[in-house]
Amino acid sequence: MAELDTSGGGHKKGPGVKKGKKLSTRVDLTPMVDLGFLLITFFIFTTTMSQPTAMKLLLPDDKVRPEDQNKAKESGALTILMGADNHIYYYEGQLKSDASNFLSASYNGENSIRDVIMKKKAYVRSIAQDPNDPEHDLVVVIKPSQYCNYKNVIDILDEMSINVVKKFALVDIFDIEEQLVKKSDESATPSSK
Amino acid sequence: MGRAKLPRKSTTIDMTAMCDVAFLLLSFFILTTKFKPSEAIAVTTPSSVASKVAPNKDFVLITIDKDGKVFLTIDDKQKRELVANSLNTTKNLGIDVAKFKSANFVGASFSGLNSFLSISEENRKGNLLPGIPCKDTTNNEMIVWMQAVNEAYAGSKMDLLLKGDNLAKYPSFKGVLIAFKKNNIQKFQMVTNPENAPVGSELYKRGMSGEKQEN
Repeated sequence: MAELDTSGGGHKKGPGVKKGKKLSTRVDLTPMVDLGFLLITFFIFTTTMSQPTAMKLLLPDDKVRPEDQNKAKESGALTILMGADNHIYYYEGQLKSDASNFLSASYNGENSIRDVIMKKKAYVRSIAQDPNDPEHDLVVVIKPSQYCNYKNVIDILDEMSINVVKKFALVDIFDIEEQLVKKSDESATPSSK
Repeated sequence: MGRAKLPRKSTTIDMTAMCDVAFLLLSFFILTTKFKPSEAIAVTTPSSVASKVAPNKDFVLITIDKDGKVFLTIDDKQKRELVANSLNTTKNLGIDVAKFKSANFVGASFSGLNSFLSISEENRKGNLLPGIPCKDTTNNEMIVWMQAVNEAYAGSKMDLLLKGDNLAKYPSFKGVLIAFKKNNIQKFQMVTNPENAPVGSELYKRGMSGEKQEN
């Protein structure tokens, strides 16, 4: 394998010719293998196999007149609000004046926002009038407060594609909601994400 | 005492095969590796289930770092020149076009742009720079930047990318969104790390049944 054929090209030498001393050409390849694997590990660690992906987002056109905008049905609307320290809140339909339907959820684990969305989806499906498009009325409104971070927004937008929600909107938060979020943030114990 | 002699076997193994494999793998990794260019702005992107690979040419990248500072990167040098010229005429900034062309990113307000450009390339680090102001609604300079970019890319393909840090606060993201909306840009992409759909979710089920993902 690692030896070279030193027998002299196959033709036989005459009887009087002295044979040169046959040197072993066997090379110890162990250090070479060591070096090889060392370099392999180096390149494995430095290589970036996973390329960053891109998530598409379409923004609504602000210039559309209010009467042209599609109105969300109250029964199918779910509003998600994001607060500081990975707090997340939601309400269904319209926010009641006493904020009794303002509930808190989490990004994952128990009482996750995914369950909330799934439940809402199932509910919208159960009351749908059009059997061909049972999720027509489902609209998720995302309202990030100024205290939440970029990751929270991406997580929720990602949740939309995870749960295959067709209609969702990233909307500015109302002052009253922002205050509610702030108040709940302060009263809630910091949840871990 | 007569002891049965065990035949002594050689302990040297032929390393050639192993060596072959090692170097085959080595050449594979050398060829596939692509060194990450050292980034001036440190950003850890969040992960999403989006599976589309981010474009790597003809892009305009807006970076939001963990302090909410906004930076603008224009990929194409020709377009950089156009942007600098249009800003010079509209805002009368007196930017050094050649310097602007060689700058990999911009991260200063209009008033501080010339001093930003006078910093040497290797000293331009995201954490030391002020970033483009956009949090304030009355002084959102991103609107002007996006307008100039829009003009420069008129009629040609542009991929607008937004790369935000996990910890960036929402107001800077919102400032960028406002700048997009003001310039009638409705379509953009957000750079994320790939992630698998959570097991049991609807997307996961769809993926299992072979349906194509939309985004």
